Amino acid sequence: MSEPSRASIRYLSSGRIVEATGFAPTATLLDHLRLTRGLTGTKEGCGEGDCGACTVALGRLVDGRVVYRPVNACIQLLGQVDGAEVVTVEDLSDGGELHPVQAAMVAHHGSQCGFCTPGIVMSLFTLYEAGEPVGRNDVLSQLSGNLCRCTGYRPIVDAALEACDSRPDHKPADAFAARAAETAARLAELDDGQDVFVGSPDRFFAAPASIDALASLYATHPDATLVAGATDVGLWVTKQLKDLPKIIHVGRAAGFNTVSIDDAGVTLGSGATFAESRAAVAAIDPDLDEIWRRIGSEQVRASGTVGGNIANGSPIGDSPPALIALGATLTLRRGTTTRSLPLEEYFLAYGKQDRRPGEFVASVRVPKLKSDQLFRAYKIAKRYDQDISAIMAAFRLTVDTGFIREARIAFGGMAATPKRAAAAEKALVGASLDDSSSWTLAIEALARDYAPIDDMRASAAYRRDTAQALLEKALIELAGETTRATRVAGFREGTDERVA
Amino acid sequence: MNALPDPTSAPSEPEPLAVARRSAPHDSAVKQVQGAAQYIDDIREPAGTLHVAPGYARSAARGKILDVDLSAVRAYPGVVAVLTAADIPGTNDCSPSIGGDPVLATGEILFHGQVVYAVVAETREAARKAARLGRVDVAAEPPAVDVEAAIARNSTVLPDYTFVKGDPAAAIDAAPVRLSGTIRVGGQEHFYLEGQAALAVPMEDGDLLVLTSTQHPTEVQHMVAKVLAIPDAAVVAECRRMGGGFGGKESQATQWAVIAALAARMTGKPAKLRLDRDDDMIMTGKRHDMRVDWMVAHDGNGRILGVDVAFLARCGYSADLSLGVIDRTMFHADNAYDYPAAHILSRRLKTDTVTNTAFRGFGGPQGIVFTERMIDALAITLGRDALDLRKQNFYPRSGGTTPYGMTVTDNIIHELVDELERSSDYRARRRAISAFNATSRVLKKGLALTPLKFGISFTLAHLNQAGALVHVYADGSIMVNHGGTEMGQGLYIKVAQVVAEEFGVTLDQVKITATTTAKVPNTSPTAASSGSDLNGMAAKVAVDKIRGRMAEVAAGIFGVPLDEVRFADGRVFGGNQSLAFGELAKKCYLARVALSDTGYYATPGITWNRDTKTGNPFYYFAYGAACAEVTVDTLTGEMRVDRIDILHDCGASLNPAIDIGQIEGGFVQGMGWLTTEELVFDAEGRLRTHAPSTYKIPTASDVPADFRVKLFSSGGNRVDTIYRSKAVGEPPLMLAVSVFSAVTDALTSLKPGVVPPLDAPATPEAIMRAVKAMKGK
Repeated sequence: MSEPSRASIRYLSSGRIVEATGFAPTATLLDHLRLTRGLTGTKEGCGEGDCGACTVALGRLVDGRVVYRPVNACIQLLGQVDGAEVVTVEDLSDGGELHPVQAAMVAHHGSQCGFCTPGIVMSLFTLYEAGEPVGRNDVLSQLSGNLCRCTGYRPIVDAALEACDSRPDHKPADAFAARAAETAARLAELDDGQDVFVGSPDRFFAAPASIDALASLYATHPDATLVAGATDVGLWVTKQLKDLPKIIHVGRAAGFNTVSIDDAGVTLGSGATFAESRAAVAAIDPDLDEIWRRIGSEQVRASGTVGGNIANGSPIGDSPPALIALGATLTLRRGTTTRSLPLEEYFLAYGKQDRRPGEFVASVRVPKLKSDQLFRAYKIAKRYDQDISAIMAAFRLTVDTGFIREARIAFGGMAATPKRAAAAEKALVGASLDDSSSWTLAIEALARDYAPIDDMRASAAYRRDTAQALLEKALIELAGETTRATRVAGFREGTDERVA
Repeated sequence: MNALPDPTSAPSEPEPLAVARRSAPHDSAVKQVQGAAQYIDDIREPAGTLHVAPGYARSAARGKILDVDLSAVRAYPGVVAVLTAADIPGTNDCSPSIGGDPVLATGEILFHGQVVYAVVAETREAARKAARLGRVDVAAEPPAVDVEAAIARNSTVLPDYTFVKGDPAAAIDAAPVRLSGTIRVGGQEHFYLEGQAALAVPMEDGDLLVLTSTQHPTEVQHMVAKVLAIPDAAVVAECRRMGGGFGGKESQATQWAVIAALAARMTGKPAKLRLDRDDDMIMTGKRHDMRVDWMVAHDGNGRILGVDVAFLARCGYSADLSLGVIDRTMFHADNAYDYPAAHILSRRLKTDTVTNTAFRGFGGPQGIVFTERMIDALAITLGRDALDLRKQNFYPRSGGTTPYGMTVTDNIIHELVDELERSSDYRARRRAISAFNATSRVLKKGLALTPLKFGISFTLAHLNQAGALVHVYADGSIMVNHGGTEMGQGLYIKVAQVVAEEFGVTLDQVKITATTTAKVPNTSPTAASSGSDLNGMAAKVAVDKIRGRMAEVAAGIFGVPLDEVRFADGRVFGGNQSLAFGELAKKCYLARVALSDTGYYATPGITWNRDTKTGNPFYYFAYGAACAEVTVDTLTGEMRVDRIDILHDCGASLNPAIDIGQIEGGFVQGMGWLTTEELVFDAEGRLRTHAPSTYKIPTASDVPADFRVKLFSSGGNRVDTIYRSKAVGEPPLMLAVSVFSAVTDALTSLKPGVVPPLDAPATPEAIMRAVKAMKGK
């Protein structure tokens, strides 16, 4: 790299700057906390970001304010926390006095075996610090990535509501709030705009500070592993025990996470997390809010990016089917060259994408719905929250006086890649929303569009049948049925008291 | 006494005591919320601690081992030793029962994931990475993976076993109506949040201190001794707490402690083994899945005349605890129902899969899934409300005889179910749901109220014993130790409440200490919901002895008769005088009066003889009932639980908050078992759902907002348990059968009169299979 770069990472911890250097490129935050620093309050439950026992809070500046988000320390690479405040469960009590979240957990009998408790406390800490009114659904969403096997959650939800929603102004009233201005100043100091490069040219952790530096570094090291949220790459490290000698973290590149909205659509910078992009996509259609809300967990949504979800090319990625149905286009960049293509063309085959060496996903453009377009999207999984989909389905219908003029249908979990349903799309043209007998051909055509497989999430038969059922459900809803009559959760009308 | 009545108890309930029968928080709650409660992996490692990781044959589930090449493992940087069966000085077995569980495989592979070698390295990362490098060549044979394959091969781990009551064949033949069916009930992964872990520290003379996350420290101690060929007395096993157990650390914790001990012995250094989650799920046993074939005969009006049921249980490759587990399935093949005649058969089928083991309910839950399916089927075919059928077939209020010959003398299911029926507004909701289903095209609702009767005691009679050790120090502080382990269930605080109550002191004067085989020997596992029944009583016996001696000293000081000495409020009273408890302790010490004692308790009245099938296996029964309402999407099979009402019998609860925690937590765990938790093995015998990414336990949003839990005011246990409380660890899990029955009820609305062929777990796919069958019929 030509720019002067920093050969260490730095983060804020209990008011102190911790500097780390010489660490392995794939060193995890959890191992750093437990093994290097001896902070054993943060637990390892699964090592794959699914149980939340290792949840810590990362504080970062957003518009000058410190915003805390929960992350799974087990799959967060140590280098990713550069420039953040890292808050662990040991940091919460203040001079021997329990934090309000901790006190409420004790008062409501919210811990039994206690192993998930530190992670739950940290998830709720971030909810507390958000300083917003908190309802039951907010708590459930916040806890979507924290498994508890003992309590049945009721006392934890009660504790969360008491701790996070009992103050009239909802403003946090703890030591973190008291020193927020100082913390903000310290974090601003850490944001030095320097590229981070820890290691040697053949074995390094790098975090370029700009998109240009990122493009240049990746062009130089096309064999490097690009890491955004590490919600998948983290598992290559902890579960596959892969040696990844060159890591380029995209999360520090200024502007890489920009989300911009205009009259015609939304442009998501590749580094925008699901949390950062949710409001923008939700404004396109309520079902997108629900899809985004059900991707991973709060921890995964805080780290994982839309760009990463696409770039990864997983056949079961949750966001691509919806984006494809909406007609999204992808922009890729290599060095200084960019190109764009329809999102569906990016996915070539199982594990194979149209991405050249040194090229990375720069952004995705998502058109808004036109006034004559209707949209529905569904996620089918064994469990409502934090489950990988068995089937994702998304439908965009262009309708003229009740007749379908054009259909874009995309499914995930039905083929080796996220894929459009060409036969069903064609068969749907000319069908009437008001005449269910006109839907039959399209529903039957879906069986020709896909040849799904059996796996531990669902059988091929269930996938085939349910894909057809989801098209039928979409048509029933678009013909005017309220989702209160067609869904068990994720209603489009008003607030669902059971689940957001 | 407290002026405000405890909201969880009714006027007829025994009064709260000074410390017991009150909602004290969990003993470690304040530490847990600060991350200060230590689990095995949090304990500061002694210098030089080595780390151990298991290695196994990745490609085979069954077959002769042809060759094991560990050269790459040994060559990996940081590796200190690689252990194989040849390194074991004693017996290569860690079975809790009849043998057949090699610590390290020798000769053949018995299931996919069986440990063949153990890598000892300077770091855990090095051990894990090196463990992947071994080559185990196996003459692989096709494994028997499921119940059908085991039946086809006629292979069992233990002999079949039956209960017979009356003349079932004749009763069934003579009955006006017969009904039969088959239901498959899935297994369950424990998913304790803290995986299996142990740290073994070598001491002088070759002794070992083993810190272990186990429900059964004594078994760890004895097994380490057996495998290392040293006396039991040379091994101390200690457990301060587990990050969850649920039965998964009753027998299944032992192997890892033994391997750590072997590594410590071989290297002379402390050795820690903490299983990676995927290894944990692949290598340790689970709840038994079963196929249940049943027939019921009734009088044409739903009164059961005879039952014939066969439980075909998948036990895995070895016996482990399957004898007792499947016996308990049979003991609960009646639930709360009176069968005039019954034939109950169980088969313990051997498959080439991980050995199935204890899991909260210990086989009982599978029995109760059967009983409720049978009753649902009766109701559906008769077109009647299932609750009416349930009540019609309950044991009489007194005097019913179970299929295993025990008389039910403490039956409270009638009044308990009546109260829940009223408080849950069952009948009005039934009408509302019928009306909803009549017009709803996609969504169908279901409602079910299911009862529970659960036998309390180990059915292996000798395990119904416990010991405690209590010290009073000269400053009046008290240390308590007992054989029970703490896995989150609140046993330690309950026993501390007993000790504080009996000494008349506050809880903070009682020091709770880790369970260790060095203080209380020859203990039973903390299992069978018996923890507080057994250890609470043992602690009380110890306290009674010490308090008696202290009272004699106090009587002398006060100059009052012994029976006028009273321990309360941290003081000791006699006549118009009093002493602080600590002052009396000091005076006892100076008077050379022993301030330490042991307590021993053996549950009375346990007379069960498995061979003759006579006697009483249980001291008493715990009762409960739950009402569940669900909504099913008949297009996709998705399901939501809308409301739960629970009424549960804890006798006179020792600690209402802890008990409600057990009820809610057990219920949600049972709900997970019957809905989202699906174990998938492939045809090669490999578990495909070996991590939380693919094995889905409930999250917070699966629990309905409308979740009403109450303790039943029973007036206390009728038998003499500790403060008349009842065991609560396992029974509430089975209340979740109400959810499964409610789903069945929702599906029934698709085609009244037809029993939905719904198997457990009721995943979206399982529900859709049933929907398709209903629509196709």
